[in-house]
Amino acid sequence: MPQTPSSRKIRANLARYTETFFEVLIKTCGWSAIVCVLTIFVFILFHATPALKEISLWKFFTSTAWSPHHEQYGAFALIVGNLLVALVAMVIAVPLGLGAAVYISEFATGKTREWLKIGIELLAAIPSIVWGFIGLTVLSPIMVHQAGAEMGTNLLNGGIILALMSVPLIVSISEDALRAVPDSFREAGLALGANKWEMVSRVLFPAARNGLLAACMLGVGRAVGETMAVLLATGNTNQIPHSLLDPIKTLTATIASEMGEASRGSMHFSVLFLIGVLLLLITCTINVVADLIIKGTKAKANA
Amino acid sequence: MLEEAKNPFGPTLYEARKERIAKGAQIVTMLMAVALIIPMMWIIGLIFVQGWPAMSIDYLWQNPVGGGVAGGIWGPLIGTFFLTLMCLLIVAPIGVLAGIYLNEYAPDNKATRIIMIAVTSLAGVPSIVHALFGLAAFVVAMHMGKSLIAAACTLAIMTLPVIITSTREALGAVPRNFREACWNLGASKWQTIRTIVLPNSISGILTGVILVVSRAAGETAPIMLTGAAAYLPLPNTMPDKLMPYYLGDQFLALAMHLNVIARDVPNMPTEMKFGSALVMLLLILLINSAAIALRIRLRRRKRW
Repeated sequence: MPQTPSSRKIRANLARYTETFFEVLIKTCGWSAIVCVLTIFVFILFHATPALKEISLWKFFTSTAWSPHHEQYGAFALIVGNLLVALVAMVIAVPLGLGAAVYISEFATGKTREWLKIGIELLAAIPSIVWGFIGLTVLSPIMVHQAGAEMGTNLLNGGIILALMSVPLIVSISEDALRAVPDSFREAGLALGANKWEMVSRVLFPAARNGLLAACMLGVGRAVGETMAVLLATGNTNQIPHSLLDPIKTLTATIASEMGEASRGSMHFSVLFLIGVLLLLITCTINVVADLIIKGTKAKANA
Repeated sequence: MLEEAKNPFGPTLYEARKERIAKGAQIVTMLMAVALIIPMMWIIGLIFVQGWPAMSIDYLWQNPVGGGVAGGIWGPLIGTFFLTLMCLLIVAPIGVLAGIYLNEYAPDNKATRIIMIAVTSLAGVPSIVHALFGLAAFVVAMHMGKSLIAAACTLAIMTLPVIITSTREALGAVPRNFREACWNLGASKWQTIRTIVLPNSISGILTGVILVVSRAAGETAPIMLTGAAAYLPLPNTMPDKLMPYYLGDQFLALAMHLNVIARDVPNMPTEMKFGSALVMLLLILLINSAAIALRIRLRRRKRW
């Protein structure tokens, strides 16, 4: 087609319109994450307001009586159960995760490192429902027969499953933190006559302390917010456990198991959203603080 | 003491002990790393052995019967497929464009830092809270009811940070010179992105998309409250079999199916349970292996 002045002008205009169109589109999408976070907060809080107005928060946080049929909403045992199962998971996952991260980052070489990293990535990919299934069908009989528990699904079962679920996250973040320590630190340590382990424990750990802390925090965040695995593996009994082999119930599992029977607009429905607010606050705080720690470490490493 | 006397140049007892500790530490950390891989191998092996007897063409191709005690898993499989597809159609354009904004357009100021914090917090929101949000926003407020589209929207919001982060990383790996060369030829910002930046980072973006597929196919909690049914009697006749659900219908999904038959149904044959778990596990491992293979290929083919 011959290029007349007017057709060239049209094309130039078209290009300018396309440019503006995509710029506006991209900017709008860029803000989508903020919009999502805000609407999540607004919607959950909106549905939790009736509960915030009607029930006493003091009872919610201190009473262990949870019985929606009698309008009793004491979530203390649920909160304790949630925190305890995360604690058990961390007692197992933190040493394992840090040890594995040190091995992958400092000792392993070449192909071994590659395969270990792929293995840990696949471990992270296994869906939570499969973990719950494993807890329910594989670990539970072991709990009964080997450990002598009355119920196979209990605090320890859930803790082990959660530990295996959160360990890949701890490993990958810790490994990043160890990698971020400049090589000159390692060389200085070795030049002073330290052997490899002394270098790791006296030079790398202090230098990467913040990153390792953030890794553990993110692990806790993951363990606190996990739903399906604990729903299937912890036994769902609203009580304060006296031993590792007692069944418990968590906040997340309560929402998942009771939302189906709570009628829309009822107090029960609203209280479940209140639990959602609580979970949202806990996990958001943990994640943002951990992220700030990681960012701070990176800024220091670059300086 | 004796050894020291024998070889005056050898390590002292103190040094030898330090050396032993270092060796011990290496072995202990190695065992820790291996201890993470072994349970995974054992579990995969166990699910494979127990679930293999259930595997057959019929098991994959027949719809579940009587709450899942008989028949196969075709209905849940196709449900997971449609759910993942819908979720991807919603989240992929928005997430990729948001990643482009954060890497190419966003100025280095407070607003951008707030967006980054929002991405991090969105990634940290527990899946059950996403479920509550999906229930409140899509099912109730937007009158979608418990449906395929409501569940897909919920999953899309959950997977948004995954795709934003991976797109941003993929774009960040394209060297700045590429862009500058293109600008110097007179190309506009969007032209540069379309012709230079995106083609050079497409593998990285695809890796993110694959990870979203794996996440969306495996999640249970969000779809449980927003549209996945515990059991639906589905017709085994042909046209309906390929398209059993409309956007506004409740649906079956593999993750939800596994959740239901793992605990609720009496007289459930063991191999049926393990069969579903095996299919789920193989599906996820396959998708993730594809992502890993793509990443390795990308690293090899890098031209800069």
